[in-house]
Amino acid sequence: MPPPTDDPENGRPPLRRSAAFSPEVIAEIQRAADQGIYDIRGFGTLRKLPSFDDLVLLGASISRYPLEGYRERCATNVTLGTRFAKKPLELKIPITIAGMSFGALSASAKRALGQGASAAGTSTTTGDGGMSEEERQASSTLVYQVLPSRYGQDPAHMRRCEAIEIVVGQGAKPGGGGMLLGQKITERIAEMRTLPAGIDQRSACRHPDWTGPDDLEIKIRELREITDWEKPIYVKVGSARPKYDVALAVKAGADVVVLDGMQGGTGATQDVFIEHAGIPTLPALRQAVEALQELGMHRKVQLVISGGIRSGADVAKALAMGADAVSIGTAALIALNCNRPLHVDDYRALGTEPGACHHCHTGRCPVGITTQDPALEARLDVAEGARRVRNYLTTLTLETQTLARACGKSHVLNLEPEDLAALTVEAAAMAGVPLAGTDWIPGR
Amino acid sequence: MTDSAIAIDLAQTSVRALNERLHRLPADTNERLWRIGNPQGAHAVAAGLTVPIQIEIDGHVGYYCAGMNEQATVTVHGHAGTGLAENIMSGVVRVTGNASQSAAASGRGGLVVIEGDASARCGISMKGVDIVVGGSIGHMSCFMGQAGSLVVCGDAGADLGDSLYEAEIFVAGAVTSLGADCIEKPMTQADVARVADLLARAGIAADAARFRHYGSARQLYHFHVDHAAAY
Ligand code: SF4
Repeated sequence: MPPPTDDPENGRPPLRRSAAFSPEVIAEIQRAADQGIYDIRGFGTLRKLPSFDDLVLLGASISRYPLEGYRERCATNVTLGTRFAKKPLELKIPITIAGMSFGALSASAKRALGQGASAAGTSTTTGDGGMSEEERQASSTLVYQVLPSRYGQDPAHMRRCEAIEIVVGQGAKPGGGGMLLGQKITERIAEMRTLPAGIDQRSACRHPDWTGPDDLEIKIRELREITDWEKPIYVKVGSARPKYDVALAVKAGADVVVLDGMQGGTGATQDVFIEHAGIPTLPALRQAVEALQELGMHRKVQLVISGGIRSGADVAKALAMGADAVSIGTAALIALNCNRPLHVDDYRALGTEPGACHHCHTGRCPVGITTQDPALEARLDVAEGARRVRNYLTTLTLETQTLARACGKSHVLNLEPEDLAALTVEAAAMAGVPLAGTDWIPGR
Repeated sequence: MTDSAIAIDLAQTSVRALNERLHRLPADTNERLWRIGNPQGAHAVAAGLTVPIQIEIDGHVGYYCAGMNEQATVTVHGHAGTGLAENIMSGVVRVTGNASQSAAASGRGGLVVIEGDASARCGISMKGVDIVVGGSIGHMSCFMGQAGSLVVCGDAGADLGDSLYEAEIFVAGAVTSLGADCIEKPMTQADVARVADLLARAGIAADAARFRHYGSARQLYHFHVDHAAAY
């Protein structure tokens, strides 16, 4: 008998490859040795992490009573900012569009997101670099971000938005500042940010005029004063120590806490940061809910969770764990045709393929989303993009309702941890729900 | 301008009531001169103004006095806490005493005058505001400064102008140290004229020719391995 082989021509035994030094690791070491600097890229974590996929919803049967799928009402509306703001946001669905900058994204992408979200009855969010007029026109409900860089920050714009989000951190890089590479700093972007065109823009990781929770409380009060206590003030944190960070945001006076898990996306960040800092969305959400419950503020300060939300199942599970709403970024871009096999040669020119693209930082997005190049941007038809975003949000909502009705809920916010079971020991521990088929929650 | 000032006593009136009243003023208001007493370190006094009125504050203010100011002229006859005139867009904010950290942080326009000293991070992230300090400034001032001028009649603390973009810094006294990518530049005749003009607008007497000029070396404008030590 000849020895087993993966190379019948030469009859050689199968090659053994190192698990530690996989082809990707070898390539990265050699890239680092060539260039002497870290890899910067877009998108989010590429590795597998514990996620909502590791949970299931427990539909009703005899012990629980389901709602009739197509006839009985399952409401989806959500109100954000009920704590102090005179004008809380009334959204038709508990799914919002996360902050993404005009600069990282093209104006057409921002408009498509705004129009699509408005048609679905939900909000979009500005980003680093300030508010663009196109975005304001497109979005019926716009959340204005106050970021450490303060690029383009304008109180007149702030007053024209419906809520304010103080960005402390981002799930893809908790503790890190932003960056926008020179290829995306066009004249217009540079002018909006008061920067020279074409430079690699750095954004600070700390706010210039406050440090720590006591200052944050005073900062929030200032923003309320400037906007006459009308607008909900959100505080967005990346998930690292959500138990403490959420509690401190609440103590500082936030109306809404936005928690961005490790799976959250980015326009450009060091790969090592994306893959190795922060904790996944699943345990972060549980810790955030516990922090709110300990303070007696669950459902009084609304919790918006983001980072890896893709489907109505993810939405339903997040709500069941105690979130008031979710926020999507990467998935909304995918709805706009990110990673779709169109213009395949352009993906190849970036050294990638549709389905494996994470090249937002290059400014050469083959489908016109994360680019400032007019020819590439023209590939994104705003009306068609808006339709796709609306359809995607509608689908997420229908899926969420389907699962909520099956669990007997007349409102998606009535989903509860009781409705969940975990498929892995890790997910059971992280989400704080029993391992399927047991009453066991590790650590309890 | 009306002759007599409208007097508001913050021992009797809340900051909220004051700011709400100021925010309601139309651009062509005749209520153009306000005197505010007893601030006693209150935060966000006269924050978010949008019309060309004159505010005289008698006493010390807390954080974010005149934050995001547009068009108004605000004078604090006393000291100011953190974030004086942060993100100022236009108008003039003056403090006769000292200002705490992050004065005029991320300011995009207008003029901020601190007749005494300013603490750390004065002019941090400044984006077009002009700042004149009669005394000295603390460490990390003008960090990531993008545009506008910072004029300091006294000394500057450590790491002045760290990670500087295009803001210009002029210091008459000693500089403890310059931050990453901040270098001394020639003081040209145009620079002297610019400093003289700012001093005149600030009403601060100093000899413009005595100032030294600092700006960006522009070495950090592109991520590059050879600059790794500076990051
Ligand atoms: S297709 Fe465009 S948006 Fe999607 S990952 Fe590639 S560059 Fe980024």
